[in-house]
Amino acid sequence: MNPFTTLTAVAAPFPENNIDTDIIIPKQFLRTITRAGLGKSLFFDRRYHADGSDKKDFILNREPFRHAQILVTGENFGCGSSREHAPWALLDFGIRCVIAPSFADIFYNNCFKNGILPIRLPQADVDALLGDLQKDELWNITVDLGKQTINRSNRPTIPFDIDPLRKELLLGGLDDIGVTLQHAKEIDAYEDNLRAQRPWLFA
Amino acid sequence: MAQPLTLYQKIWNQHVVTRLDDGTCVLYIDRHLVHEVTSPQAFEGLRLSGRHVRHPHATLAVADHNVPTINRSARVANNESRIQIETLSRNCAEFGITLFDLNDVRQGIVHIIGPEQGLTQPGMTIVCGDSHTSTHGAFGALAFGIGTSEVEHVLATQTLLMQPAKTMRINVDGTLGNGVTAKDVILGIIGKIGTAGGTGYVLEYTGSVVRNLDMAGRMTMCNMSIEGGARAGLIAPDDTTYNYMKGRPYAPKADQWNAAVNYWRTLPSDVGATYDENIELPANELAPFVTWGTSPDTVVPITGVVPDPAAEPDEKKRAGMERALEYMGLRAGMKMQDVVIDKVFIGSCTNARIEDLRAAAGVVNGRKIAANVQAMIVPGSGLVKAQAEHEGLDKIFLAAGFEWRDAGCSMCLGMNEDQLLPGERCASTSNRNFEGRQGRGGRTHLLSPTMAAAAAVIGKLADVRELS
Repeated sequence: MNPFTTLTAVAAPFPENNIDTDIIIPKQFLRTITRAGLGKSLFFDRRYHADGSDKKDFILNREPFRHAQILVTGENFGCGSSREHAPWALLDFGIRCVIAPSFADIFYNNCFKNGILPIRLPQADVDALLGDLQKDELWNITVDLGKQTINRSNRPTIPFDIDPLRKELLLGGLDDIGVTLQHAKEIDAYEDNLRAQRPWLFA
Repeated sequence: MAQPLTLYQKIWNQHVVTRLDDGTCVLYIDRHLVHEVTSPQAFEGLRLSGRHVRHPHATLAVADHNVPTINRSARVANNESRIQIETLSRNCAEFGITLFDLNDVRQGIVHIIGPEQGLTQPGMTIVCGDSHTSTHGAFGALAFGIGTSEVEHVLATQTLLMQPAKTMRINVDGTLGNGVTAKDVILGIIGKIGTAGGTGYVLEYTGSVVRNLDMAGRMTMCNMSIEGGARAGLIAPDDTTYNYMKGRPYAPKADQWNAAVNYWRTLPSDVGATYDENIELPANELAPFVTWGTSPDTVVPITGVVPDPAAEPDEKKRAGMERALEYMGLRAGMKMQDVVIDKVFIGSCTNARIEDLRAAAGVVNGRKIAANVQAMIVPGSGLVKAQAEHEGLDKIFLAAGFEWRDAGCSMCLGMNEDQLLPGERCASTSNRNFEGRQGRGGRTHLLSPTMAAAAAVIGKLADVRELS
């Protein structure tokens, strides 16, 4: 996993609530057995006509947002299924950071496993960012995970919250299985105890 | 005296292996269900890192999302689907995991077969790379969906790194009216709290309505917790639970059964336990419901009308409603019972148990489906199918004009050939009505099995109470 430290990039405005995982990556692309190559299918039904041509008005089909690495969107982003294909598709397209008033729990969690930073902000901050992107053409945003800030030129800094462990793992690009396996002895001890207390689980 | 605890807090506390400095816990996972779509990359990850599956015996695999529901004996036609199903078989063989393959009568939707086999038990932590893992909460198990990276994490460590959730009690007291089912109870709850109302929470369903539901109904409720935003929903175990479980293949055996029941009886929330949030939904506020939009909280009674976006003060919500109406091809003010349908799907982890098929057959019996409708029954497992055939339900459905399929997720998500065509409208017992969910451009109305059966007969969304 690539570490996430700071990112200065074009942010795309996608101000719609309840963007579900079926919209992010439809079912026909879940038949893959690899993680790679899903970026071209990101937002498939929104992005392409039935004949495969681009829908010109879709945000990620327009300049400069074709090269966006940050997405600013509405509440409950990523609701629906647990498919990790959703963050895989975002990442493969180039998106490393999603900013929204709220996220669905499983999607939020899945982002961190893939080096994507999901940032929850108050609606007013999201609206300010959307205003900059849509009206004022201030397309470049800097996200600094270490300082937990979002910066744009001539605008006040926006701070954000994140769990300390998740931050540490993202900054280091660390594998959380590795973190857990540091506690292997405790897992062994837990299991020995469980075997004694609830033996039917091991029958 | 010890502090009163909720069911969730008890299960959580009992599964904490260790607590890290920032409050994140290493949480022990008792059971792991695996299917073909969200596992290949996890097994590949294990191979790349040279890790093994820590507890193959705690893991059960089945192919369900991608499988055909007709011509089961033939080779799976779609190349990618076949490769995915074969990859699951290979991975299970390599890592020593039990697999119910396509020719096994026990094959079926992963959330149907866990309970059916007695694998799902109170007090357990259960995970699966599927958001409807919440289903198993009906047994008083903490069960939730995970992504593929976490599938790999559980395979390798039998644990997850997690922070505790907040708790929400949803109390449903009273008596369900005629035609009102468990599906209507959960649709009513989602309509009330919204699709993000449960985000960050584990729900616990309580009250006389929940107590009086059978296990199938309880599973239907817990199944759709995720549509209310909650990763998990719980119902306290009781004699209904134990009577359902006793004698099932993976349930505790004779000498351990009593010890297990004694433990399970300690699990229900203590008197005086407090929740972060409390919701009351009196049974008399419930009706046979249908959805009108592209989000599961767009719930109206079947006697209602399509709502008017103009009455919505919030600009973003209004835009969302307008978009949904356009996608769904509906006009504000239209009566739900005037909505003409093309297809009926009775199936999915929400509503494909034997009890669901019996209820639907009760409505269909002696009737024909409308000429404009194509309808299919997709049983939740091979065993559900066999039981239905034993009871003659297949003959009732076939005589009415339904298709009688093999078990799988099928048109709930349309990963196999069972899909809606653009513009087609479906009365569906599944759990999501998202844009394109059942096929690109397809339009989904969520409802109960009896309401779906009524819609099939009438050819429009219909009030099952008028068909008695």
